[in-house]
Amino acid sequence: MNALLNCLMSPSCLAGQLITGLTYAIFLFLIASGLSIIFGVLNIVNFAHGSLYMLGAYFAYTFTTLFISPETYWLAFIIVPFGVAGFGAFMQHFFLRPISQRYPKLAERELFHILATYGFTLLLDDLVKMVWGARFFSATLPSSLAAKVFWMGKTFPIYYFFVLGIGVVSAMVLWFWLNRTNFGRVVRAAVSNTEIVASLGVNVSTLYTKVFALGAWLGGLGGVLALPIRSASPEMGGDILFESFIVVVVGGLGSIWGALISAVMIGILRSFGILAIPSLEMVFAFVLMAIVLILRPRGILGKIW
Amino acid sequence: MVKKNFWVWILVILALVSFPLIIQAEFLTFLLTEVLIMALFAMSFNLLLGYTGLLSFGHAGFFGLGAYTLTLLVTKANLSVLPSFLLALLIPLPFALVIGYFCIQRLRVYFALLSLAFGQIIFSIIFKWYDFTGGDNGIYGVPRPSIFGFALNSTISYYYFTLPLVLLSTAFLYFVVRSPLGMMLRAIRENPDRAEFLAIHVKKYQLAAFLISAFFAAEAGALFALYQGYSVPGFAHVNKTVEAMVMTILGGTFSFIGPFVGAAIVTALDKVLTTYTQYWMFVLGVVLLFLALYLPGGVVGLVQKLRIIIQSKKVESLK
Repeated sequence: MNALLNCLMSPSCLAGQLITGLTYAIFLFLIASGLSIIFGVLNIVNFAHGSLYMLGAYFAYTFTTLFISPETYWLAFIIVPFGVAGFGAFMQHFFLRPISQRYPKLAERELFHILATYGFTLLLDDLVKMVWGARFFSATLPSSLAAKVFWMGKTFPIYYFFVLGIGVVSAMVLWFWLNRTNFGRVVRAAVSNTEIVASLGVNVSTLYTKVFALGAWLGGLGGVLALPIRSASPEMGGDILFESFIVVVVGGLGSIWGALISAVMIGILRSFGILAIPSLEMVFAFVLMAIVLILRPRGILGKIW
Repeated sequence: MVKKNFWVWILVILALVSFPLIIQAEFLTFLLTEVLIMALFAMSFNLLLGYTGLLSFGHAGFFGLGAYTLTLLVTKANLSVLPSFLLALLIPLPFALVIGYFCIQRLRVYFALLSLAFGQIIFSIIFKWYDFTGGDNGIYGVPRPSIFGFALNSTISYYYFTLPLVLLSTAFLYFVVRSPLGMMLRAIRENPDRAEFLAIHVKKYQLAAFLISAFFAAEAGALFALYQGYSVPGFAHVNKTVEAMVMTILGGTFSFIGPFVGAAIVTALDKVLTTYTQYWMFVLGVVLLFLALYLPGGVVGLVQKLRIIIQSKKVESLK
């Protein structure tokens, strides 16, 4: 407890915890927003989403080691999310869609979707161990991102601010895409009534694959961004998945802004909570979730789009 | 039909009782004990999944609670094994009551996520609370029980400690499933709204099922801690729940005996495969995908389907 009070008194410590908490919140947001979109549109709880994030990090690692120069991180940053999106599309097209077609009853469909996506988690976590080995990997940053910034009496790598910027920009782009473009309108229409959208001539199954790929893209982007800070390991997906679920449930399933707000809440709660009671960092998030679910069962901003 | 099933049951029980006497392989008896314990855990899971329609993703939390209650009472409170075992069945119940109460407020996916969150809370508390639970090191040195002064420390004697407990629990679960309560649960699974309209207090029944299920999960956990001689946080991890889920669905969700069959297959597969490969989770993942896509009824469902096909062929040949 004293550690927390001391930190609140000193601006440099405060800034340090704040930045760590916020960058973590961005990773949570990128994963949670993907989960949220996929759940909102396809009604699938994608248990493999943490593994997609992990794939992003490993792909990015391989990319940065292919060439000698750390500048290739930029290349990874552009290409890898699309690779992960491609894998997501593959998952949806060959595994999840046949399940939707096979089980007309909602309860069964949900069960077998959870089963299949969890199967992918187990499979991918071991696959990563087979291909890359059970080690930790990290990446060297390109020179433009490795620079240090002095803020509130503490130096930070500029990379942290880059991650924050990407997070905010992706939230805005996502919002714009879903609310102001034709694709977004079709997606939102599919959320409220799939059958009418289909009867109006929209190919719903390609739409679903695209949405799933978009969610996977966001997860992959999270993975690429996380590699230099949090390093890649086979456990990274599972660890962040449960917290992302909490973010989604707290923010409201299917809500982008809700996901952002609750990701920030949990990121901050985590980085300061760890000072108060170090051994219970995970429990804070769960307690927050329990409180929100009791007071507002639909989450902070349930279903706003 | 009922009579035929009755004789099958008697045969299975006789086979289980005489197994260690006929087949003098200690390793197989050791394995069979694990099968029995995991089967109990999977059946408790299936009471919720198959009969009530609730996917309890945090079910291993109760398995872990049972295991740790017993382990802590024996190693820290120096209580003897049998009273600890009884307490390990009872102490998780109030936890199950609170967790169950919150979880059943929501249905389907939300229930799964909520129960997952509670299960992971239990896991992370066990994992992090070094002073009390030993953290990720776990607690070792759980002695085997002794009855009337006879220590059950051989493989075979522990088998005969486990077998009657598992059989009694199975009989009780069978009784629950066939009772009016079981009928209510199935009605709720098929259509909660309609059940509600029939003036069935849906949440009360779901909570009852949750409690019964948690009780047997805790029993399985306590038995498993005695079997292994230790408790580790992994007992409460979601992957343990997934093990029960794979056993249940591989065996057959909508049959009573399915989880038993699944537990036997998965345990055998685990022991065989881990001698060839360290990537057991990979195999489990492939099995899950295969089940979801091609074999939703599990092995028991497949057998029933084959039986129907054979019978219809017979009918055709008679024509």
